[in-house]
Amino acid sequence: MRPFTRGEFIQTGLAGITLLALAGCMRSNTYAGSPFDDNGYRYRVLSGGDRELIAAVAGAMLAGVLPSEPIAYRAALVQAVRGVDVAVSGLPPGVVDEVRQLFGLLEFPPTRGFAAGVWSSWTNASGSQVASFLLRWRFSGVTLFRSGYQALHQLVMAAWYGGPASWTRIGYPGPPIVS
Amino acid sequence: MDADRISRSADRFVTISDPIVAGIERGWIVHDASKLDRDLHVEADVAIVGTGAGGGVAAEILSMAGLRIVMIEEGPLQSSTDFHMLEREAYPNLYQESAARKTKDKAITILQGRTVGGSTTVNWTSSFRTPPATLAFWRDRYGLTEYSPELLAPWFERMERRLDITPWQVVPNENNAILQRGASGLGIPTAVVSRNVKGCANLGYCGMGCPINAKQSMLVTTIPAALDRGAVLVHHARAERFSLQRDEISGLVCSALDARDQTTLPYAITVSAKAYVAAAGAIGTPALLLRSRLPDPQRRLGARTFLHPVVLSAAAMPKAVDAFAGAPQSIYSDHFLYANRIDGPAGYKLEVPPVHPLLMAVTMPGFGVGGAQLIGELRRLQVILALMRDGFHDDSQGGTVELKRDSAPVLDYPITDYLWEGMRRAFLTMAEIQFAAGAKSVLPVHESAWPYTSWKQARAQIAALPMEILLARVVSAHVMGGCAMGAAGRDSVVDGNGRHHLVDNLYVFDGSVFPTSLGTNPQLSIYAIAARMATRLAQTLGRTTRPPKV
Ligand SMILES: Cc1cc2nc3c(=O)[nH]c(=O)nc-3n(C[C@H](O)[C@H](O)[C@H](O)COP(=O)(O)OP(=O)(O)OC[C@H]3O[C@@H](n4cnc5c(N)ncnc54)[C@H](O)[C@@H]3O)c2cc1C
Ligand code: SF4
Repeated sequence: MRPFTRGEFIQTGLAGITLLALAGCMRSNTYAGSPFDDNGYRYRVLSGGDRELIAAVAGAMLAGVLPSEPIAYRAALVQAVRGVDVAVSGLPPGVVDEVRQLFGLLEFPPTRGFAAGVWSSWTNASGSQVASFLLRWRFSGVTLFRSGYQALHQLVMAAWYGGPASWTRIGYPGPPIVS
Repeated sequence: MDADRISRSADRFVTISDPIVAGIERGWIVHDASKLDRDLHVEADVAIVGTGAGGGVAAEILSMAGLRIVMIEEGPLQSSTDFHMLEREAYPNLYQESAARKTKDKAITILQGRTVGGSTTVNWTSSFRTPPATLAFWRDRYGLTEYSPELLAPWFERMERRLDITPWQVVPNENNAILQRGASGLGIPTAVVSRNVKGCANLGYCGMGCPINAKQSMLVTTIPAALDRGAVLVHHARAERFSLQRDEISGLVCSALDARDQTTLPYAITVSAKAYVAAAGAIGTPALLLRSRLPDPQRRLGARTFLHPVVLSAAAMPKAVDAFAGAPQSIYSDHFLYANRIDGPAGYKLEVPPVHPLLMAVTMPGFGVGGAQLIGELRRLQVILALMRDGFHDDSQGGTVELKRDSAPVLDYPITDYLWEGMRRAFLTMAEIQFAAGAKSVLPVHESAWPYTSWKQARAQIAALPMEILLARVVSAHVMGGCAMGAAGRDSVVDGNGRHHLVDNLYVFDGSVFPTSLGTNPQLSIYAIAARMATRLAQTLGRTTRPPKV
């Protein structure tokens, strides 16, 4: 691994997104229309708005991980959003309520603007806007925002790295065969 | 990884018989509460809540004494047939809150099992006796005069024999070997871990349920033994509250959970017994007693719950480590536990965790390309953990179990400056060991850190890291205390035999009875202490059991 400097390591979330955008992988194009008419799957918990939020967050969190080719990119993102739905639905009811509150705060336009600094809808937010929101919460002086960032991070990472689609890139051979 | 070698060694187990499937065919009495279509009432001599380390041992000993036993477990009954070594299945199916249970301020992630066999079904098999210094503290501070290494030795020996606990003979995997090499390069002694395994194929997936029943968890040892003696098991059943009549428990009310363990079904499960054993684990047992509104004049219930809070350090090694394969923990160091007095600055035990993609990805700091690069190096990742010994110093009082509005428990555990100071030292120790073992870079698992490329850089940067919640990643797999045992009711909930100070027929036999943390992995302490307590209970109920051979 090439050594990182501090700035690089912490900012790469942001830089990676900008690069992707420059490379011509425009999220807004991929998403013309309603982005998560995901008919192949019945969502247990996530509402349409939740899916748009998670798609935006997952796009930024997994920058550099998701494939860059638009169709594969969208398919991977759909997998990640479904994975988050599965993960949230496995939590106890009290915890699901907390997750809903977090999503609500991020989806209600005034609080999305003031708390997250994102003034457009999640579907229209640019990758770098999403990444700077995540960075702001990650290092916020307000522990509630830091815990919100951690919750999003945990959900997206669990959704993505739980599935074999993610394993090739990281060299994980999957479980051994025992029978 | 030599994938070939692993599948070959596993070939020896081509036909894996599932003792649970076989037992059910033999006629075990097992009720799946998620499939109830009417109310269920069970009568027994002893009702045991929870089937983990404490509950499993109690069930075997009490049923061997000829007592009629019922076990109540909120998790599912899953066994080797269901264990596919997949994180995305194991965490939601086998862990409390999908392995994402958090303390109240979300600063600490808590791993606990929620399945038949409890945390023993998913634990990493490391087995240590209770450290003598910990027992000495209990005798001095809590009047637990019978808790000496000598008096407990026969109970440890009994459980070590029962669960095949012996030092691990196989060469440690590279993840563990690096801890050994790095430490020895710095003159820090390490030792080999003992494990509760029989015919272990060195797969490394203990945390997802052992697929070949090599791990001698409660699921494949004591619980089958109890069921073979006619004990009754009700799973997907959550103990809600005890009913108290005068100074005695008169019954236990449980709710039936759906197959995914989330919502409750409209059927009542009630249990009546002569004696009741709470073994729902730390957090679980205090929560059950709190919901039951049992007398607690000194407000000890749920207080002083300990976690051995863990911090981690991740190194990128020059060659593949493949820390997902091989016995997860085989080397440890207690050097930093005993560098100071037990009630001095925080001591810590060094071990390594298994490194699987999902758990690593949620644990590692950062996101986007920086984070991607770290996880991208999964095969070369080596991770050390330091578990902090909590509960021995005035500034380390642990946490308190509370009930949420829906009566689910939550642990309020503030991380004090005392612990942060120890954690910073632990970050330094781990980084130094990793560099001594040849690491290319070392990343303390902390949001403000980045991969440091030299020990000099690491030392300077770690000294400046802000030690704050939700920046440093803190986790725990060892929840203890909250129903402390002690000679006096002033500072404890139960006595040295696990009997409640104020309620005659209520006992607690699990990790929640520890008055402090242990300073070592808890399972063997729980097995031995529960064996001792259960044997005494059998005697109290007029039964004799075989005393342990000395
Ligand atoms: C991933 C992981 C790795 C670990 N590795 C090690 C290791 O290598 N070595 C070691 O010594 N220790 C290890 N531990 C810890 C060890 O397994 C536990 O400390 C030990 O099992 C605790 O025993 P217990 O009886 O107190 O509770 P548990 O074993 O946790 O059992 C409690 C049971 O009660 C059930 N329960 C809770 N509430 C209720 C209720 N209201 N009604 C009905 N049932 C209920 C739970 O579902 C659970 O099955 C590990 C733990 C985990 C999670
Ligand atoms: S390493 Fe663990 S999971 Fe693998 S065979 Fe041994 S005990 Fe079972």
